[in-house]
Amino acid sequence: MIETAKKLLKNGDVNIVIGYSEGSQGRVRPFFARNEEEAENLVYDNRCTQNLAMYVSKKEISKYGKPAIVANIHTLRGIIRLAVENQIKDGDLIALHINDKDEMTVCSTLEEIETHLATVTPQISDEDKVMIEKLDAMSLTERRNFWEKEMENCIKCYACRQACPLCYCTQCTVEVNQPQWIPVEASIDGNLEWHIMRAMHLSGRCISCGQCGDACPVGIPIHLLPMKLSQEVKNIYGSISGMNRSEGCAMATYQPGDKENFIG
Amino acid sequence: MFEPKIVAFVCNWCTYAGADLTGTNRIKYSPDVKIIRFPCTGRIDFMLLIKAFSNGADGIIVSGCHPNDCHYTSGNFHARRRWTIFRSLLDFMGIDVNRITFTWVSAAEGAKWAEVVDSTVEKIKKLGPYKEYRPIANEIVEE
Repeated sequence: MIETAKKLLKNGDVNIVIGYSEGSQGRVRPFFARNEEEAENLVYDNRCTQNLAMYVSKKEISKYGKPAIVANIHTLRGIIRLAVENQIKDGDLIALHINDKDEMTVCSTLEEIETHLATVTPQISDEDKVMIEKLDAMSLTERRNFWEKEMENCIKCYACRQACPLCYCTQCTVEVNQPQWIPVEASIDGNLEWHIMRAMHLSGRCISCGQCGDACPVGIPIHLLPMKLSQEVKNIYGSISGMNRSEGCAMATYQPGDKENFIG
Repeated sequence: MFEPKIVAFVCNWCTYAGADLTGTNRIKYSPDVKIIRFPCTGRIDFMLLIKAFSNGADGIIVSGCHPNDCHYTSGNFHARRRWTIFRSLLDFMGIDVNRITFTWVSAAEGAKWAEVVDSTVEKIKKLGPYKEYRPIANEIVEE
């Protein structure tokens, strides 16, 4: 990987390589290699789970020019989704995809990424699957109590939003104070409202990478909310986000015959 | 006797005109409903429903033109998808979706509007005051 990164930087194919390097306390951190020398610090192993696609739309990174990005499956899906939403164009970046067997593929076009994604089945971790099933099996009051207990801990740091590759809006509704949609203070129901809003804004778009849950400093499984909605969108409208540019936006389109059994 | 607070979000072109017709026809219906007029059901943001609950509403009615009748061609189709997903989310978070009535009422259905309001009021009366969502409103007032 380091060799490829160095070559890309040397030939001027890219101006910056977004990857991981050794961090503190045995952890890895996102790393931005601007030249061959810095590229020496890149590492890749099973600790590298962060979805780096979130950096693609950040101005601080794009100012350097064209990036190459170390990508797992979730990163690739994030890139495709960003392309669907017109945030990036074909040829705007090069993805260095590393699969489970540590083999690297260089994808320089979106089509190559799509071809690769066509060979994989999108799935969420068993742990999340079990958790969603467990919640579905609960009664309404139990679910309410579960989320209320979790939301009690939320400190409204918005790390979930920052970690999400698809939360790229320059102004978020949560910061709007005319009108004040979301209460500023961290109250249980205010927190609930924030997470309802976030999940709704991600519905039909979420690529189920689980980054929001990973980023949460108090360990709320908030990734279950958009994940659940992704499942619903898939079951009801048959649309999976972040696999192919032809998928469109499930929540910005309609079919005259959409199901409406709850409408009187 | 518990008188529920019900907020109705309705579209300008069908349901609002329908509710008007209910009045001109002298059909009586429950006074517990507060009607808010929108240009289209497509404009009814889910946050407005949340805000209604957090400000003390016990029940909500959302109503607009029947499919294919939208003044803007497709506003109600988009709204329908949004509501479907919104309902799933509320249910997943343990918020009772029975407190929200979704319905289509056309400009000619004055009688249906009275029926929708009365049946919703009855349903909410049975469910009782929405205490579970109240704390936020109280919390802010107390502070």
